[in-house]
Amino acid sequence: MAELTRRATREGYGDGLCELAEIRPDLLVLDADLSAATKTSVFKKAYPEKHFNCGISEQNMMGVASGLASTGRLVFASSFAMFAAGRAFEIIRNSIAYPRVNVKIGATHGGISVGEDGATHQCCEDVAIMRALPNMTVIVPADYYEAKAAVLAMADFNGPTYLRFGRLAVPMFNTPDYKFELGKGVTVKDGKDITIIASGLMVAEAMDAAQALKETGIDARVINIHTIKPIDRDIIVKAARETGKIITVEEHSVIGGLGSAVGDVVLEEYPVPVIKIGINDVFGHSGPAKVLLKEFGLSAENIVNVVKANVK
Amino acid sequence: MDKKLVRELEIDAAKIRIGIIEGVYNAKCGHPGGALSIADVLAYLYKHRLNVDPKDPNSPTRDRMVLSKGHSAPALYAALALRGFFPFETLKTLRQSGSMLEGHPDCNKVPGIDASTGSLGQGFSQACGMALAGKISCDSYKVYTILGDGEIQEGMVWEAAMFASHYKLDNLVAIIDNNGLQIDGKLSEVMSPYPIDEKFESFGWNVITINGHDFSQMEKAFDAAERVIEKPTLIILKTTKGKGVDYMENAVEWHGKAPGEEDYLRAIKQLREHLEELEGGVE
Repeated sequence: MAELTRRATREGYGDGLCELAEIRPDLLVLDADLSAATKTSVFKKAYPEKHFNCGISEQNMMGVASGLASTGRLVFASSFAMFAAGRAFEIIRNSIAYPRVNVKIGATHGGISVGEDGATHQCCEDVAIMRALPNMTVIVPADYYEAKAAVLAMADFNGPTYLRFGRLAVPMFNTPDYKFELGKGVTVKDGKDITIIASGLMVAEAMDAAQALKETGIDARVINIHTIKPIDRDIIVKAARETGKIITVEEHSVIGGLGSAVGDVVLEEYPVPVIKIGINDVFGHSGPAKVLLKEFGLSAENIVNVVKANVK
Repeated sequence: MDKKLVRELEIDAAKIRIGIIEGVYNAKCGHPGGALSIADVLAYLYKHRLNVDPKDPNSPTRDRMVLSKGHSAPALYAALALRGFFPFETLKTLRQSGSMLEGHPDCNKVPGIDASTGSLGQGFSQACGMALAGKISCDSYKVYTILGDGEIQEGMVWEAAMFASHYKLDNLVAIIDNNGLQIDGKLSEVMSPYPIDEKFESFGWNVITINGHDFSQMEKAFDAAERVIEKPTLIILKTTKGKGVDYMENAVEWHGKAPGEEDYLRAIKQLREHLEELEGGVE
């Protein structure tokens, strides 16, 4: 993936919102003093009358989002994953998920690739927390194009949704005409020996890993699960049946995220070994994103090693 | 305010109080104290102030009323029943499995409920969102929200207070039921939010303090709120917790407890007698 252009998924969020406004005139965007980082600043520039800064008060922002949505509008509330899923959790639960209002939570800076800001800002629990909520859809786009397409797909989907974006610029392996299908996993590379199921920025790493594995004679399938909830059960069961072993890779705690979601499906429908690569129940720390990803085993190199240790 | 209207409002308030006691008694649990303290303002709002229509409960141009102190749901349910949103008899199903009348209001189950509330502080923010929506679309509807005085100890209430004033939400009227008591005792002893008026004034609000059981004062306060531009209004209601049932008045233990049979009969007798007196007096 080294040769591909890189952009952060959060940029797909900002650009996606601008395009969405053209087809959904009722779109409103909220932010909590992080517009430059969440990229809603791009939207604000284009549609200043549709962008409302709530200041550093995520709890109120989520409540306001609920109230706006109750009047029939399409509302995106934006912050960092930590302050959206974390700080405002209970407001998301009781004012958004429970009444099932059409609020989209645009949460950037998920995972440790936040980098230098360190553990207080590196949210590796958000997918687990949001997944646990009834009525909540959870999406983790893998690249800029997928992020943008996911935002646009929200025009046709009514219901509380958590969209997780990242700070780090990552390879754009999809194309500008990429179609996002809610709840549908994407087989980005077929294979028969083992399946690597990844989400977010780990999809590109998984593709690199599969390429490297090919050279050692291992034919790995790679699946991108962008919708963690509702998860694509069929594609997972098929992978379990056809490849007999699954490795999940996510920039998130191994507790409650993609790995757990995949494990739930496999356990119920076609039990095969599932090995989880993710943050192993520890906090992150400061450092350049790329250094941290390597350090925490979130690299193609580590995926290759784990696959090799588990095949044959 | 003319005497006939005052009498009608008194009758509605008495019926709301009966509905509260019937509901909480049948449920064998619930929060009578803070429901009784807002019976009067709910009677006023639903009979005289709110532009709502039971035949079209989701009308986009309706006034909104968010009960941020959601635990006082029995009072709101009774007010909605009186206004014709559903039969008064339904109140007896409060908190039963399968009833639409949840312990705390569910906007997807009950016609006339504008927001699901119960976790304190959140209804206030939702009301701010509704008011902002009205501003954006230049609609003329008003948004009312009732908070408990203990509720304003929640931090997010002050986030919302800042927000409403920053966005000049003059279509928003917040109402605080200042009965002075919360679960663990007197507000002033548990965690004093006083002076409430000065705090909100300093947050940029227009603040009016009135007797929360006096309809004429309500009329003046809500009229005054309509005249204020570019500022949200807070109406602080000085109220008596448990109002209308003698042994519940100003008694902290009746915040979240249902009367047993003996207490129920005593309460309902008082309330019915009061209602009969009022109805006997209507010309």
